[in-house]
Amino acid sequence: MAEAQLEMLDLGDLEAVIGLEVHVELATQSKLFCGCATTFGAPPNTQVCPVCLGLPGTLPVLNARAVEYAVKAGLALGCQITERSLFARKNYFYPDLPKAYQISQHERPLCRNGAVTITTPEGLRRIGIVRVHLEEEAGKLVHSGDSIIGSEATHVDYNRAGIPLIEIVTAPDLRSPEEARLFLEELRTILRYIGVSDVRMEEGSLRCDANISLRPKGSTALGTKTEVKNMNSFRAVVRALTYEAQRQAEVIRSGEAVRPETRAWDEARQVTVAMRAKEEADDYRYFTEPDLVPLVLTQERIEGWRAELPELPAARRERFVASYGLPEYDASVLTSSRLVADFFEAVAQEVGDAKLASNWVMGEVLRWAKTEGGEVVELPVSVQGLAELLGLLRQGVINQAAAKSVLEEMVASGRGAREIVAERGLEQISDRSELEALVDRVIAENPKPVEDIRAGQTKAIGFLMGQVMRLSQGKANPQQVRELLHERLGVGG
Amino acid sequence: MEILQHAHELAERLERREISAEEVTQAYLDRMERLEPHVHAFLARTPEQALATAREVDRRRAQGEPVHPLAGIPVAVKDNLCTEGVPTTAGSRALENFRPPYSATAVARLHEAGLPLVGKTNLDEFAMGASTEASAFGPTRNPWDRERVPGGSSGGSAAAVAAGQVPWALGSDTGGSIRQPAAFCGVVGLKPSYGRVSRYGLIPFASSLDQVGILTRDVTDAAHLLEVLAGHDLADSTSVDAPVPAYRKALQAEPRGLRIGLPVQFFGDQIDPAVRQAVRQAVDRMAEAGAEVVELSLPTVEHALACYLVLAPAEASSNLGRYDGVRYGFRAQPDGRPAKDVTEMFLATRGEGLGLEVKRRILLGTYVLSAGAYQTYYLQALKVRTLIRQDFERAFEQVDVLATPTTPTTAFRLGERLERPMRMYQSDLCTVPVNLAGLPAISLPCGQDAGGLPVGLQLIGRYLDEAGLLRAAYAFEQVAGCRAAVPPLAHLGTGAGEVTIHG
Repeated sequence: MAEAQLEMLDLGDLEAVIGLEVHVELATQSKLFCGCATTFGAPPNTQVCPVCLGLPGTLPVLNARAVEYAVKAGLALGCQITERSLFARKNYFYPDLPKAYQISQHERPLCRNGAVTITTPEGLRRIGIVRVHLEEEAGKLVHSGDSIIGSEATHVDYNRAGIPLIEIVTAPDLRSPEEARLFLEELRTILRYIGVSDVRMEEGSLRCDANISLRPKGSTALGTKTEVKNMNSFRAVVRALTYEAQRQAEVIRSGEAVRPETRAWDEARQVTVAMRAKEEADDYRYFTEPDLVPLVLTQERIEGWRAELPELPAARRERFVASYGLPEYDASVLTSSRLVADFFEAVAQEVGDAKLASNWVMGEVLRWAKTEGGEVVELPVSVQGLAELLGLLRQGVINQAAAKSVLEEMVASGRGAREIVAERGLEQISDRSELEALVDRVIAENPKPVEDIRAGQTKAIGFLMGQVMRLSQGKANPQQVRELLHERLGVGG
Repeated sequence: MEILQHAHELAERLERREISAEEVTQAYLDRMERLEPHVHAFLARTPEQALATAREVDRRRAQGEPVHPLAGIPVAVKDNLCTEGVPTTAGSRALENFRPPYSATAVARLHEAGLPLVGKTNLDEFAMGASTEASAFGPTRNPWDRERVPGGSSGGSAAAVAAGQVPWALGSDTGGSIRQPAAFCGVVGLKPSYGRVSRYGLIPFASSLDQVGILTRDVTDAAHLLEVLAGHDLADSTSVDAPVPAYRKALQAEPRGLRIGLPVQFFGDQIDPAVRQAVRQAVDRMAEAGAEVVELSLPTVEHALACYLVLAPAEASSNLGRYDGVRYGFRAQPDGRPAKDVTEMFLATRGEGLGLEVKRRILLGTYVLSAGAYQTYYLQALKVRTLIRQDFERAFEQVDVLATPTTPTTAFRLGERLERPMRMYQSDLCTVPVNLAGLPAISLPCGQDAGGLPVGLQLIGRYLDEAGLLRAAYAFEQVAGCRAAVPPLAHLGTGAGEVTIHG
């Protein structure tokens, strides 16, 4: 299949049924079962201790903050919280897994039965969340040389081992790769809003596996699914699922059956490759972790955490539309980051003009904002700074063009709007007699366009406007200039 | 110094400054060295460390600084308890040369109390066994008969205490691993309630059953040492946050008011008549002295061994997965070269590093947790475990303690059961139910069989009621004569049966 095809998907009379398993690292200071730091990018094996290295006789002690974050994630995803949840051991051998088992949850996960609503071109779609559970990260293998093939040695970095993760499992409610992407974006926004994770896919703090099957449109039965792993970006998720849907469609149309198997996305070749058949799947021999006691949460505790949750993005979007009269699109851009949404609201209140604040935040401010991993991390101006600038604009002290150049200088120098305007003498000329003098001079100096206008070719007014602005060094109040020109030249309106 | 003194007697003499901690420690080190070729109780000996601790205790005492009442009394520790900087093998080749960078909480508490550590004692590999023959480093001999096993898995600790190489020692007990060797060697073995002593730093066999405990020559010493070890530990989530009573003050010789239960299931045909008889006699003496004795039934207990043989291997199969050669311990070099890939390294390391009995249990445990068998075996065993616990709870509505034989037989011959694993497992018949229920229990010396081998009597107490258990045990010791005897081997090389401490 050609690469270009992976951007679009047409399955004809078939539809895709997709469910996701998403792993998200929680942003706790210390690991899930020991006190080691979780800083990303530290030198290998500097953030380890006997517990996370699985030395014999060591025991796990549960990190209370990780529980809080996981429960908050569950609450934000609309889940029920399990009052008495259990940890389980998932047993398998791999060099990055220090104890040869991962402490996870199996029966009685921390959170169950939630949902996330996404906005698709076809309208709102409710995506069920089957469960959210807490578990520990494994370490990381580092192969010396360029690739695993021909690599002379493999090193293991256990800095990551024991970092808390939540695994979020959706119902098979997604109907296209694009919906999967929308879901992941919404999930990312929610988790960042509540501050439980940085959700940086490039640092591996969000990883995603998908189950996908096809069925005739209108059918409610589920087809044979494959599991797709190793998708390392949102774009990879879309491309891998598109490829896999098309592959399955071809298999079905050729009259064969889809094999239940696990497949890996090969980023270099842009294809999915069979890893193993389902019947060869590992038997993880789950059993309740005997080194930990059941995790018991009181309703008071759970409700206390619920009360600490901020307004979530979906609710905030609706409120922005309803109370500020913003278009859906603007509301969704402004709420995509809690930092931006908070900033916008503060500026809007300060200035008393939500539409003006929204135009400037969405346009100029976001253009200057520092972003990392798709997340706004720093805004170029303070609330007061922008509010002051917009105040000057709104009062007519400066015009739009001057305001943009002032903002530019505010960003560069960190100085205040009023100061810059005064220094550069950018106050708008709104004095009628001063403007009349300018307008009269321009009319006198441009007989030809004036004649054209009087003859009915009013579009030459634009030219005269430009002349006035030039003469005023951009400071003339454009609204008033336009009115004066109309008045002097006897143009209607 | 008279040999085989009790630790609490030594403590009094230390307190009165009749002897120094260094003298006591040196005397025991000498005994340890002299008897070790005959017993092989130790996998590592730490004389320098022990003497350094002893001298520090003497210095503190001399300068009037506060010291723990037991400071200066030497102790040995089973080699599955981690000791910082001191080799800790768990009796396995997989951990040969492993020096943990931390100490088990129980070991740290001994150290804080100023007890000189003289060495690490032998055990069945990863505490899996009932004879100490499954040690990768050779068996320990029973001081009563060197052709017989000392029991296991804490056989090294039991033999060392019986021979007087140390006044007391730590062990661990998953299905009887303290009490059974205590019975075979004629000493006192206390397994506290699950969670009473921190498991942090105890190399696990079966986490939901393992408990650190004590081997001593009398009940008073057990009470003393439990006070040092017991208590909540933040590093062990399964340790119990409950007050620790002053156990020594609970000791009363008064049998009147004590209600003793005899569960009929522990006096059946699987128990040697000589053992049954010795236990009955001790109980009869208690009854004569005024204790109330009732027979009762624990119907589910007959399934305990089967239940244990599912649950313990299941947990073990998971706990022992980490010995893969990646991070520490033994890594195999198949044919003298590095493994060609990770799978070969895993297979060779585990193949060569782990012993037969350990592999047998890993296989069994892996099977009972696997998809096809989980429901039939593992879940079923969990249900049986609950029923066993309930049986005990009902019994303790009627009585204060239960008295049973500790083992079905006295010490068997070396090699006798190595090829017959089920016979080996049978040795834990009477002790396993107690671990499944998480209860405290103690094995007391209770006379000898016709061949002069020690018999053990087990007392089982209520959950977390070590005080009640020790009180009953003390009464058995004082009234029914359940006292440790001295094996002839202990006199070896001493002529008159005494060593003298000069100075």
